[in-house]
Amino acid sequence: VEEELTPEYGPKWSDKRVELMLGALVCGLVGLLLAMIVTVFVRAWPSFAHNGLAWFGPGGNVDDQLNEIFLSGQAGAEYIYTFHAWPLIWSTILITGGAVLISLFCALFVAVFIVEFAPEWMSNILQPVVRFLASVPSVIYGLLGVLILVPLIGNHLVSEPQKASVAGIISLTGYSLLAAVLVLTMMIAPLMVSIFTDGLRSVKPGWLEGSLALGVNRWRTTWKIGVRSARPAIVAGTVLAVARAIGEAVMLAMISGSVGFAPNPADGLIFIYEPSRPLAPTIVKNIDQLTSKPGNATLFSIAAVLLFSAAFFSLTGYVARRSMRKYGSA
Amino acid sequence: MESSVTIPPVPKDRPPLPGAGSNKGAVEGSGTWALSDRIGLAICWGLGLLFCALAIAIVVYLFIQGIKFLRPSMLVTPAAGGFTQTETGGFSDAFIGTLMVAAMGIAIALPVGVATAVWLVEYGRPAALARITESTIEAIAGIPSIVLALFGTVIFSSTALAFLSRSTEGVVFGRSFFAAAAMLSLVALPLIVASTREGLNAIPRHVREASYAVGKTKAATTRRILLPTAKPQIATGAMLGLGRIIGDTAIILVLLGATQNFTPVEGAPFPFNFLRGAGTTLTNFVYEASPTGNLNQPEKAYAAAFVLLLMVLILNAAVDIVHRRARKVGTWSS
Repeated sequence: VEEELTPEYGPKWSDKRVELMLGALVCGLVGLLLAMIVTVFVRAWPSFAHNGLAWFGPGGNVDDQLNEIFLSGQAGAEYIYTFHAWPLIWSTILITGGAVLISLFCALFVAVFIVEFAPEWMSNILQPVVRFLASVPSVIYGLLGVLILVPLIGNHLVSEPQKASVAGIISLTGYSLLAAVLVLTMMIAPLMVSIFTDGLRSVKPGWLEGSLALGVNRWRTTWKIGVRSARPAIVAGTVLAVARAIGEAVMLAMISGSVGFAPNPADGLIFIYEPSRPLAPTIVKNIDQLTSKPGNATLFSIAAVLLFSAAFFSLTGYVARRSMRKYGSA
Repeated sequence: MESSVTIPPVPKDRPPLPGAGSNKGAVEGSGTWALSDRIGLAICWGLGLLFCALAIAIVVYLFIQGIKFLRPSMLVTPAAGGFTQTETGGFSDAFIGTLMVAAMGIAIALPVGVATAVWLVEYGRPAALARITESTIEAIAGIPSIVLALFGTVIFSSTALAFLSRSTEGVVFGRSFFAAAAMLSLVALPLIVASTREGLNAIPRHVREASYAVGKTKAATTRRILLPTAKPQIATGAMLGLGRIIGDTAIILVLLGATQNFTPVEGAPFPFNFLRGAGTTLTNFVYEASPTGNLNQPEKAYAAAFVLLLMVLILNAAVDIVHRRARKVGTWSS
């Protein structure tokens, strides 16, 4: 009778079998990740092997180099792999660094505000707002950037003498470092806010109360005790945001300017108006070249660098969050 | 928290003495703080209001543009070639493509994600494998989607998987709804795993023990008791994942094809001819219709972005409702 009522509890779904099946699935996932890492690096190898460490260095015009690589793939004669990616790497560093610094500042204040100082109605508004900003697709941010921010910078912020001063080298049209940094900030700040608020909420109330009881005001208590003991969460949030920013491709392909140019801070303040192109958008823009052999290797070498740095940053964030548990949070 | 925090200047009726707030239970006001602290609080308010303003600006602006440019006919006419924005049709293929990709992606990610979470929480032996799995999920969450997309091109243009996309003379095209959905499911997976784990971890031990005590197996307990209890969290994870899937552009761009129409594979039976063929989604359409894309039709881009934003807003609202309902039902009293 029991078997009739509950056929799925029979030997077919015994615990041992279920455990084995789920375990196999999990092993499959781990295997998939390993396969991905191996595949990307194997595909990228010709480019790295040919260039060595010069891959990461400066030298020559990176757009010309990409063109030659792609042309040699079509011609089918001798493949060219020469590729010096420094302008792309430099652009990635500038855009990611700028956006992460600004959003670290903003996100810290907003998170403290949500957790500690905002009246209830305000934090009830802010939390969904942060969640909404985090869930807007990157292509919408890109579209708004292209149609609003870029013309604004190009037509109003950059003056004619400034445009003329670099006319022979690069044209300042509004597709710029500034636009990219601002839009990227909007994309990653909400992510940071949500991790920071989690961290701040899990600070032991007794620690804060101890400080308050000593007569320290709420503002200083929050910063000296709350923010300090939530440090692992802050590190984790920042590092995850860096990983997200490095991998952002489509939005930056739309507004960073798509020129393999390294903005030079020595040019003075004008360098924030200069266009550039980070690593990830380079893949998006040249995706048609995937079919040619040297093009494929070059694009995969960029992907390998992205994969390595993103994995590095997100694992750092993971370790930081694990250490957070040691502080006795929740 | 009952808060009486105000921005400076301080209201006149507030007593200027330390320990401001004569009424019981009130939190210390900012009236007694040093100037630098008050400036900090003002920055908090400023940034908080800025966040709200940005969100409102995005929604209102896209609503205005959407209502101005969106015609119902756009949702039913496919894109067409043409020189002006009136000739080029709508984006019905992109709209349906988004729904298809979302359904297929979540159909893969949901069972895999829930199973992974169940294994991590309920089984998790050997411990080393559990730790490796955890970091694998973290790593997948951190991998840029453009890298996933490139990996997808390698997998799906292998001849063994030719039946999932178009192939001409032995060369496998590798771009299809199958390919895009499979890779997009990896984007949604970490969110589903994290959310399901949270749900399972919230169930106290005695619930499981009670079930074992009446002779249920672990598998039966999981299926009959744990998963139904964790349903709100699983649903939340699925919807968050869905939001990521419909918002992703890089994978679509690389794995679904550079076309604005469905290109079904000839000779395949009905659903498979479309699923094996290339296509487009709203994100791809917005990208191509923006001034930097190939189509350059900003008005249509706004209209498509508006539809996309509506989908995201609906998903967000659904997450909120599920959350609220779950809280109303209450958690386990352990």
